[in-house]
Amino acid sequence: MGYTLNFNLIWRHFDKLSGGLLLSLELAVISIAIGIVIGLVLAVWYVSAGRVVRGVIAAYVEFIRNVPLILLVYLVFYGLPTVVDIAYSAQTSFVATLALYSGAYLVEVFRSGLEAVPRGQIDAGKAIGLTPWQRLIHVRLPTMMRITLPALSNTFISLFKDTSVASVISVPELTYGAQWINFNTFRIVEVYLVVTAMYLVTGYVLLFALRLIERWYRTAR
Amino acid sequence: MLGQIAYALPFLAQGFALTLWVSLLVVVLSLIAGVILGVGLVYGPAPLRWVVRIFSDTIRGIPILVLIFFVYYGLPAVGVHLQSFWAAVLALTLFKTAQVVEYLRGAVASIPKGQSEAAMAIGLTFRQRLAYVIFPQAFRRFLPPWINGVTDAVKGSALVSLLGITDLMQAINQVIGRTYEAMPLYILGALLYFAVNYALSLASRRLERRFAFIRE
Repeated sequence: MGYTLNFNLIWRHFDKLSGGLLLSLELAVISIAIGIVIGLVLAVWYVSAGRVVRGVIAAYVEFIRNVPLILLVYLVFYGLPTVVDIAYSAQTSFVATLALYSGAYLVEVFRSGLEAVPRGQIDAGKAIGLTPWQRLIHVRLPTMMRITLPALSNTFISLFKDTSVASVISVPELTYGAQWINFNTFRIVEVYLVVTAMYLVTGYVLLFALRLIERWYRTAR
Repeated sequence: MLGQIAYALPFLAQGFALTLWVSLLVVVLSLIAGVILGVGLVYGPAPLRWVVRIFSDTIRGIPILVLIFFVYYGLPAVGVHLQSFWAAVLALTLFKTAQVVEYLRGAVASIPKGQSEAAMAIGLTFRQRLAYVIFPQAFRRFLPPWINGVTDAVKGSALVSLLGITDLMQAINQVIGRTYEAMPLYILGALLYFAVNYALSLASRRLERRFAFIRE
């Protein structure tokens, strides 16, 4: 034992952590934005599609959900460029991976949300003469959004934590910053204490903010 | 290409076995710790409840990767020396324990209050109420999400490759380092993880349907 905490070196290199946190948030926001598009399109397609399309979408969802994220990150960054002629930075590659990853989780979220839209609302839409497309835009999607918002917030927060995996391909986000300080200053306990606090505070601030938005959105009718 | 991969198969099988072994250890240890802490969270005195609540919320609030590095690099710094294998098992167990605590809390909370009131009315003691009334019902609520959550332990175990432990993920990376057959090997690895986790999630879904007879 006899370990003396000394945070001086952490504060000296704090830019690695603050910049890392911002990048983590950026990665999470861009990924979920793309993930929401993937999830919405596939969920809407799924509920109205035939067996084959449903099978393909389900295969995508089940594959992503049952494979470790780190393997997907490696596969996209190291594996894919060996078979397809593309080149991208680690950061782009990670965003693409995390977007596909969140997309798979969000298909499920949106699909169950769409199925939870009360039948009566859709019938009411029909009764006032809305076309199927208008029913989707003005009736089903807004109601689905209200139902799925809590699950969407949770997905976003867990995605924010998942950005730590980007450190394995040297994307300089928060966990990478922590490792850098770990290896270069050996103030190990201190750096992980600080980083733990940063993830926790950010996560709970996000959660609080998202819950506020949910409440506001729920009452706005 | 196929020859090289076939040559590496026994090595990959060893890595796969290690992945399963780590996952099994984590699942068993976290079940024990999680049930004890979970009962403490639901029925314990206030200070114990706070400690478990803070433990669970902290662990669930940080990335598993940070937890793994914290345990692996942090313990030796304060003079606790564990083999990297056990440091990895400890970190994953902490993460999984927090999950089990929440599954247990959720399962117990889902049993209607009338059940324990009825048990009180017929004069059962606290222990009898738990053993004969609450737990048998809570168990059926606990099992499906818990089995589904085992997939998190298997997926999380892939992160121990970063500590130089030769699990399936690390074995794959090493074989790629020798053969440069990145894509086939990553896909092979993905299929192996998929097989294990998909089987688990199917089992969870089946159980959920089987236990669906419990009503609110």
